[in-house]
Amino acid sequence: MLQQKHLLGLEGYPAEDIQTIIDTAFTFREVLDRPIKKVPSLQGKTIVNLFFENSTRTRISFELAQKRLSADTVNFSASTSSLKKGETFKDTAQNIEAMKIDAVVMRHPTPGASLHLTQHINSIVINAGDGTHEHPTQAILDMTSLQEKFGYLKGLKVGIIGDISHSRVALSNIHGLKTMGAEVTLCGPSTLIPPFAEDLGVSVNYNVDEVIEWADALNVLRIQRERMGGGLLPSVREYRNLFGITTERLSMHKKEIVIMHPGPMNRGVEIDSSVADSDQAIILDQVLNGVASRMAILYLLLGGKQEEGNS
Amino acid sequence: MKTTKLKKQVVLKGGMILDPINETLKKGDVLIENGRMKSIGEVTPSKSADVIDCSGLIVTHGFCDIHVHFREPGREDKETLDSGSMAALAGGFTRVCVMPNTDPPLDSPESIRYTIDRGEECPIHIHPIGAITKSQDGKELTEMGAMLSEGAVAFSDDGLPVTDTGMMRNALEYATMFDVPIINHAEDLCLKKDGVMHEGKISTQLGLPASPGITESNMVHRDLELTELTGARLHVPHVSSAKSTDYIRQMKKSNNKITAEVTPHHLFFTDEDLITYNTDLKVAPPIRTQADQKALIKGVKDGTFDCIATDHAPHTIEEKEGTFDLAPFGMIGLESCFGAVNRVLVKENKLNIIRLIQMLSVNPRKIMGFETDLFTNGNPVELTIFDPNKKWTFKKSDIYSRSHNSPYIGEALIGRIRATIVKGHITALV
Repeated sequence: MLQQKHLLGLEGYPAEDIQTIIDTAFTFREVLDRPIKKVPSLQGKTIVNLFFENSTRTRISFELAQKRLSADTVNFSASTSSLKKGETFKDTAQNIEAMKIDAVVMRHPTPGASLHLTQHINSIVINAGDGTHEHPTQAILDMTSLQEKFGYLKGLKVGIIGDISHSRVALSNIHGLKTMGAEVTLCGPSTLIPPFAEDLGVSVNYNVDEVIEWADALNVLRIQRERMGGGLLPSVREYRNLFGITTERLSMHKKEIVIMHPGPMNRGVEIDSSVADSDQAIILDQVLNGVASRMAILYLLLGGKQEEGNS
Repeated sequence: MKTTKLKKQVVLKGGMILDPINETLKKGDVLIENGRMKSIGEVTPSKSADVIDCSGLIVTHGFCDIHVHFREPGREDKETLDSGSMAALAGGFTRVCVMPNTDPPLDSPESIRYTIDRGEECPIHIHPIGAITKSQDGKELTEMGAMLSEGAVAFSDDGLPVTDTGMMRNALEYATMFDVPIINHAEDLCLKKDGVMHEGKISTQLGLPASPGITESNMVHRDLELTELTGARLHVPHVSSAKSTDYIRQMKKSNNKITAEVTPHHLFFTDEDLITYNTDLKVAPPIRTQADQKALIKGVKDGTFDCIATDHAPHTIEEKEGTFDLAPFGMIGLESCFGAVNRVLVKENKLNIIRLIQMLSVNPRKIMGFETDLFTNGNPVELTIFDPNKKWTFKKSDIYSRSHNSPYIGEALIGRIRATIVKGHITALV
């Protein structure tokens, strides 16, 4: 079982618990390879997927994980503007909890929203992304995929490429990988790397070729087109020239390197189609491991004798 | 808390009298007659006199806070001049200056007159600060002359900076005719953007949009330069960064028209306290790093800062219990002020208690041109009585403001107000 009642973020999250989740994820991977992909572990448990921000893959991944564990699930999608108009976040949360549920999986555009939720309800809270803060289940599925590929995390060299400032995926990966003993280098335009990133215990390098030379794996982040031309990034062309993970660039290095991407991809912007579809990419393994990792997290948080609560 | 009318003769017996003007602290009694100072020294009370035992306590000038938001008119659900007065009394304050960012703002002689008249009905002295620009939108100067004759004491668009450098110059030039302070809320909005806290390791960990110290110091530097250019009086409010403190220290050497204030919360907290996304710590300018905090304390000790002001900014529970991005900026601070600054400055950083009291009484009065010699015989009494060593935990029940947005709840404070005497009444705290 895990030491914390909720999964809000990987900052300060115990290494042994991350390892337990990853190990459990591998056992669920086997379940996913069976003809009947369903186990009764969470029968009778009710989980609400509370999405205050659009999401397709994370929501589907969670929903599949819940269904394969035989939990009952309810999906709630709300635009944040409706919250701004009237009902407060607190009311929404307390209303849903009043219907007798066991856990909430929440995505919200505000940093700290999941911690905030725990202050208003008693159910288990799983953070499915809170603004530019954390996205712990993504980082866990990334680490599961790395462990699957390499067999170890300690000492692994991971480059995270792209818009770090606006990325909850980056922040959770940094905390998780550091905790598990991996080395992390951030690479991207200096306007999209937080000025205090190095205080998190990682390196920063603006030269993507040096990072490719150094790294065992690259986690390539989505560059949102909204960031272009707004004073942070001049153009797609400029970004591709400086940071794009292109076939030409990779072929120059003559080395094996594992390519990851949390999706959704902007093919032709941060990553070439030919790279994304190549053998060195483990992007679809990440998706499958996403379901397995989320099964593991839900199982470990809800499956045991968790009624007492221990946070 | 209980307020009673002063008897004809009142004797404050056996306390330590702290005189912030003559910088003395010695045992003595205070005789008050008909609500006015009568004598200080050894007093033998007459039979009919009300004798208040002050042994173990310090008796001094009533505190004066030149930076509070009382929200009247417009947001009386957050605070009124009456409820704000009660918070002030609980904090030992007998006199406050209210900021003009009400709804509508105090940007006309009529609104200044309204505040003066309403203040007359309140148990403390209330002075309005007028807006620098009409509607606080930074475009047109207010009728400063007429507002001053109605009772305004200074001008500020507080809550918002005067962004346009040309407008700031005009405001300073114009104010030189009246020799009153201009108070500019210094934050460069182009740098601040949607920043909700100080930019640093903590904001990076929290994933919150943030602004660096230069957001403030850049504009403070501009204002200091403009002051030199115009010869106007500039008062720099709620200084939060080390760099701003340096600029002010430097410029004060050659210009005696510059004054500056620091808040209890910038002295008491650091950005690390925001790690739980506590919206009560969301203030503008933001609470910065330990290094900034140290620089502010140094600025207090070397006289860069003239006074302490709370920037008491009430907001409703509903607004503050939302998520961090939506919560408004500001915290209340009158009730917790003395226990907080006395702990940080006197107990932890060895500031002389007389210096602290100067920063809470005579110095802010000087900035605003108020009567400072409160111990002169015949003056209406304005006194604060406090226990300098009392250790206590600040609780919700210690709040008299209409709002409860205080991050001090649960914090250990040292030094506690026992009574506040003003306008012929004594308010005793249990």
